[in-house]
This record gives sequence, C-alpha cells and structure tokens, in this order.
Amino acid sequence: MNQISKTSRRDILKSAAAGLVIGFVWTPNRSAFAAPEPAAKILAPNAFVRVAPDNTVTVMIKHLEMGQGVYTGLTAIVAEELDADWNQMRAEHAPADTALYKNLLFGMQGTGGSTAIANSWMQLRNAGAMARAMLVAAAAKEWKVPETEITVKKGVISHAASQRSASFGIFAARAALLPVPTDVKLKDPKDFNLIGTELPRLDNAGKINGTAVYAIDIVRPNMVYASIAHPPRFGGVVKSFDPAPAMKIKGVIKVVQISSGVAVVADSFWTAKRARDGLNIEWDDSKAEKRGTAELLAEYKALAQKPGASAKKSGDVAAVKAAKTVTAEFDFPYLAHAPMEPMDAVVEIRDGAAEAWYGCQFQTIDQAAIARVAGLKPEQVTINTTFAGGSFGRRANAASDYVVETAEIAKAMPPNTPVKLIWTREDDTRGGKYRPAYFHNMKAGIDEKGDIVSWTHTVVGQSIAAGTPFAPKADAIDTMSVEGASNLPYAIPNLDVNLHTTKVGVPVLWLRSVGSTHTAYATEVFFDMVAKAAGKDPYAARLALLDQHPRHKAVLELAAQKAGWGTDLGPNKARGIAVAEAFSSYVAYVAEVSRDKNGGVKVDRVVCAVDCGTVINPDVVRAQMEGGFGFGYGLVLKSAITLKEGKVEQGNFDSYDVLRMSDMPKIEVHIVPSTEKPTGVGEPGVPPAGPAVANAIFALTGKAPTSLPILKKGLSV
Amino acid sequence: MATSFELNGISVTLDVDPEMPLLWAIREKAGLVGTKYGCGIAQCGACTVHVDGVASRSCSIPVSAVAGSKVTTIEGLSNTISQAVQSSWQKLNVVQCGYCQSGQIMSAVALLTDVPKPTDADIDAAMSGNICRCATYHRIREAIHDAAKSI
Ligand code: FES
Ligand code: FES
Repeated sequence: MNQISKTSRRDILKSAAAGLVIGFVWTPNRSAFAAPEPAAKILAPNAFVRVAPDNTVTVMIKHLEMGQGVYTGLTAIVAEELDADWNQMRAEHAPADTALYKNLLFGMQGTGGSTAIANSWMQLRNAGAMARAMLVAAAAKEWKVPETEITVKKGVISHAASQRSASFGIFAARAALLPVPTDVKLKDPKDFNLIGTELPRLDNAGKINGTAVYAIDIVRPNMVYASIAHPPRFGGVVKSFDPAPAMKIKGVIKVVQISSGVAVVADSFWTAKRARDGLNIEWDDSKAEKRGTAELLAEYKALAQKPGASAKKSGDVAAVKAAKTVTAEFDFPYLAHAPMEPMDAVVEIRDGAAEAWYGCQFQTIDQAAIARVAGLKPEQVTINTTFAGGSFGRRANAASDYVVETAEIAKAMPPNTPVKLIWTREDDTRGGKYRPAYFHNMKAGIDEKGDIVSWTHTVVGQSIAAGTPFAPKADAIDTMSVEGASNLPYAIPNLDVNLHTTKVGVPVLWLRSVGSTHTAYATEVFFDMVAKAAGKDPYAARLALLDQHPRHKAVLELAAQKAGWGTDLGPNKARGIAVAEAFSSYVAYVAEVSRDKNGGVKVDRVVCAVDCGTVINPDVVRAQMEGGFGFGYGLVLKSAITLKEGKVEQGNFDSYDVLRMSDMPKIEVHIVPSTEKPTGVGEPGVPPAGPAVANAIFALTGKAPTSLPILKKGLSV
Repeated sequence: MATSFELNGISVTLDVDPEMPLLWAIREKAGLVGTKYGCGIAQCGACTVHVDGVASRSCSIPVSAVAGSKVTTIEGLSNTISQAVQSSWQKLNVVQCGYCQSGQIMSAVALLTDVPKPTDADIDAAMSGNICRCATYHRIREAIHDAAKSI
C-alpha cells in the first residue's frame, strides 16, 4: 500500500512538472492520429473521458475548436466533476460519430449557435462524475475502506485515516474493470473550484510555437495538392476548357472538371495554383445571377416601402396618432466571413473507406456528403477534426461545399491518394456563402409626453435557411432574418415587424451571430434616433422600457456605470451605448469616440458588460467579448462584398477591408455574476458592437451611419 | 534549380522552382508548417518570417531571393526576446483560433528587437500589417508591452 502511495506522489509530481513545462502540444504524431493505448488499461467510462495510466486525463471534444475556447471550457467541466488537477488535463477532437457526439440542441454532430457549453454542460458534468466515482470505487476496493471515507482533490485520491493516497493513473486500469455507474452525484455548484476560475487555455502552447495542426498543415504519404477555378458568377457552369496548357506545367498531375468548376492537381500547392490561374475556361452564365449591388439595393428599397409577411404584431401601429414620427432606412452589404485560414481540407478515398482531415464544424452533414461522393455509407467515412483557423459560421454549411469539392477531386484520383484542397484568399472572398445583404425600413411614433408608442420595422433580404435542412416550413416566416428585431426587448405598445424574403442567386450563410448582425444594428441605432427626437438620454430611455427584461437592464447598468455614463468627456468626444441578447447571452457596450485631426472619428475606449449565466472561465469570456467586439465593429466599419453585373468586386484583403491593430480601441470587460445555466459567448459579443460605435458617432456628429460599412470608399465619418 | 540558405540555423538546399514563394518552399518542401498562408499578397502577415533579422512576408518573396540569407521561422525562435514574447502570449492567453499567431509573434519579436520599449503608436505601426480575424489585437498589444517590461 505504501508503495502505491509513494509511487503515486512521485507520479503526480512528475506529471505536474511535465504539464507545466510542455503544456499541451498537439501534433499529428500524438493524440488523435496515433494508436491509442490498449483500451483495457485506460479508464473510459463514457465517450468523453479517458483516464490513462500515465495520469493524463483526456477529454474528447465533440465541438470544433476554432478559437472560441471549447478545448479549455469543455475540459474544465469534466475536470471539475472529476476533481482533477488542471495540469493533467488534455483535450482532443472527437471523431465523427453522431450517436456518441451529437450536439444535444441540434440532434446532429456540429458546432454553432454558441451552444457548445450550453448543450455539453450536464453531459460533461456527468461524464466527469462517472469517472471520479469509478476511481473512488477502485481505490476503496484496493484499500479495503468505505468509498465514503475517500476524498479526491486536485487529481489525488486519498484516504485520510490510513494516510494513503494515489494518483488517478495508478487506479485507471483497475477502475476500468468496474461496472460503470448509471447514477452519479454531481457537485453542488458552491463547491466548484475550477469552474469560474481563469484556467489557462489548453491550446496555448501549440498556437504559440507553431505546432498546432490545422487542415492546411496535414501531410499524408502520397498526398497531392489541388486548386479550383470557380465560375466568376454565382450559378455559372463550365462550358468548355482545355487542360493541355496546364498539363504542360512541370508538377501538374491532373486537370479535372468537378461539380463546382475545374480543379488542377499538382505536386505542390503553388504549382496547382499557378496552373489553375492560367486555365482558359469558357463559362456558361445563362443561369447565373447577373444583378449588381446597385440593382439589388434599388429593388430592396422599393420592396421595403410596403409591409412584408408579419413576423411580430402587437397593438395596432396604424391606429396610433403620434405627435412626432421618426423614420430611417438602413442598408447592409453582403459580408464574407474571411476566416484567417481559407477553406481547405484533406480527403483520401480508399477501397470501402474514406478519411478526411480538416477543421470540421458539421460532422454529421459533412460525413454524409463525403460518403455520397465516395459511394460509401456515412459510417465508412472517418473525419479527423483539426483546429480551424477561424470560421465565424463559414465552415458550418449544409452544402459542405469545399469538403465535397475535395472529395470529388479525391474520387477522380487513383484510390489511396490523399488530396489537399486549399482555396486562395481570392477564392474565399469570391466563393459566396455570405451574410446576406439587407435593407431595413423603420418608423416610430412618439406621443406628447415623449414616449415611444409605435415601432414599425420592415426587413428585406435573402433567407439563410432556404434550400437547406434548416429551412422554415412552407409559409412560415424565416426567423433567422428577423431574430433580434421580432423580439425587440423594449416595451412599446404597438409593434409591427415584417419581412420580405428575396430570391437572389448569391449563396448566403450565417455569420457569427446570424440575424443579429444586422437587426441589432438597425434596432439599436434607430432607438437612439428616436430617443433623440423624444429629447431623451439614450441610456435612460432604454432602462425605462426594459422592466420585463432584467438581464438586458443589468448589463446596460453595469456597462454604463463602469464607463461613467453621463460624466463629461470634454470637447470633441462622445459616448454611445447599445445592448443585445443573442443565444440567451446578454451584452452591452459603451463606446467612447473622438474626432481626430483629419475630421475622422476614432474609437478610444470600449466598456463591455456581459451576462452569460454561470461562467466557466472568465478569461475566455473576456477574450470572446474583446474579439467579438473587434469582429462586429470591424464589419460595420470597413467590410463589404459588392457585386457588379453579378461578379464580386473584392478579392483579397486589399479590397475586402477588415479590422486591423490600429483600429482596435482599448476594451475592458465586466461580467455580471450569475448562477443561471451557462450560455454561449462565441457570438453574443458581436451584435451590439457596431451600434455602440454608431451611436457614439451619432452623439458626436448628429449623423447616424445608416448605410454600411461606415467607411465607404472615399467617405470619412 | 536549387536554392541554398540558412533555415533556423541549419543550411538547407531546396530543389524547387526559383520563383516559388518562400512560404510554400518552407511549408511544403522544408516541411515547417508553423508559418501560415492567409492572403499570398503581403496583406495579412500570417506568413511573416525573419530574413536576416527583418520581418518579411514569405508569401511575396521568391525562394531564390533568400539564397545565402538567414531565414528564421516560428519553429526557430530561441533568443531572449522571442522567449519573452512567447511567454507573455501564454500568460495573457492571447490566442484564439491561433492561425495568425505565428505571424503576429514574428512581427512582435522584430518590433521588440528594433524598439525595446514600444509605444501604442509604435505597435500600431509595426503590427497593422498582421490581420487577426479573431481580433485578438487588444491582447497582442498588452502582451507586447508585457514582454517589453520583462526583457
Ligand atoms: S500570406 Fe503573406 S502576408 Fe498574407
Ligand atoms: S487568433 Fe484567429 S486569426 Fe488571430
């Protein structure tokens, strides 16, 4: 017994030290792609937890780590119920297996909607508690003491009376032989000692020393590289092409037409791309979308003058006799997600099997799509999920676009040839699946007392869900187009929100925070315009209408208080405030802006308040708010995809402008303490960012930016 | 035609088309994949390496142009400044998706080598060529200041 105890102490010290030094490094030679230890030695009571004899605890992460921190957050939940030491924790992406790893809120395996923590919360608490119970049972059996006398703390199992203790690793193999408990007791949240603390990110080390593996880094024996020529207009198809000139280039292996264009396969990416760039392809544009941004905007504006299908109605806006009426029109451009890592994947098709390596966000859908292309059953397709260099919604799409392309090219190659497809930045910017362009027409009535008595909001734009498994039932309103507008939190007695869903041949997709990317901007900026017309302070006017929404109110109050709302900023400076709920998390920002020497406006400081229920890791919450602010603010400040005669006018970051270091203000994040269920933070930081800045610009200049992006070519704010 | 240069302190000879961008030569021929592709036209900084100590966009330099030069990638960082930068990055949990961070770190190391105590304006000037779509800019700025203090 003493032997075990001694060994275990040394084990613990060793593993703790190793953990401190190496941290977590994920390379293809280790973890997911290496042969696992013989199963019997590892305690694996469920699909999520692996306690190994080397005293590491690995959590299988069913969600894609794309920056939002799921490796760290989901692992912390397991570690908490297991009473593990953070240094012994590891994380690994789970394989594609819908039965084991479905998102409990989607019914399929996939990441999105800021659901990772929310849907995994009880599942992973149970998973961790189960492993703990088995380790305790194994120790009790070995030490011949009652389980109730055993304690577990920071990865050490102890029996105080007999002064024995051991690491998890010591008992992993023995615990694995015990029956898996069905009913385990979870901790009282007041006893949490990891959840709610600032545990360092588990993916830090690899992302700092360059060893973290993304799809673009995958190397397989016999691998070839591919680049694709897409039609210049959406809906265009290949009419004819001549592979001969490309085939003459040294290193080119194949030129092949696939469903979305023409692919060049070569022995290096650069060769494939060069050959692709030189292809002479005749396109058939007879069915392609040929309208440009100007035509679409004119059509949308005309549509917006009439009410669309009702999304929300209360009271009777038509019957209101307002003392004052305020109107505004907003237009929002198409937006590309532009994750830093462009779309890419590696797929290999073998006899009776296929295997893929990439930052997979929709495992169930992608697995079926690869299977379809390869002529296999979904369960014959293995997906190794790597880190993703951002997504912002782009990698989660019902068409599995770039994954299908990679599979089609692999299908065209001899069996056992892994194909790595990389889209160039231009392919990515012009490849579609944009946040749709929208037009909003808004009207509000104010009575003699200055109260807002009516609010009419007409939204015009494409449906993201149309034509996908997520489509609304026939005749039902497309909720994603109006979320954030139809559930306006302000108590206004007469409300009418309506929608025109348009049909345009430009492929569209959700972008980080989906409908709220535009509805929060329109509603929150318009609110300030109305408040001004009513002679009210925008912060006080919001509070007065939020009695039914205490969580909105609380974040507003916290942000306003920390920002010193109402205090004098001095000349040429102003503040703006905005609040939004998205995916059941609540975020408010106060932005401070100043006029710079050149007559432009600069954002100097931002104060954020967030309520996301129980906080797993305050530092990750702050990081997501900082990044969410930057992402949302950057989009409204600078970014637009525009079309001319159906062709996208932007290509790379020189024309699709995004937020840079010099644009980023100082930002501080305050978290509302809460014991509510945890909700997500990946998206909710985005919606109120743009409007907070716009409202500050409005306060400073008297002009509210209603046509986005704020910095249109040649315009300064 | 082969090009010879020093890569992370080791002499290498890469038998590739002299026009191949250094980025792809490093990634696909030398097998060092820590340096990333983000734009290919010197607009994003994901591919930043040091050529003879100068932060350079490897996507826009033909491999032949570094013949005889010393090239350092994220995998080859080792001096005190690099260690300070990487440990500040770790301490402040800068990374999110991480894809831009090799380039950010290479640019930050070059900045701190030239300007040991940079101001916010110095940081804006040196780092605005490095895009981070996760917008970790606030923490990058803090981490550079933190590293400057520790050097
Ligand atoms: S890839 Fe070189 S600067 Fe973007
Ligand atoms: S951390 Fe994701 S792009 Fe910078």
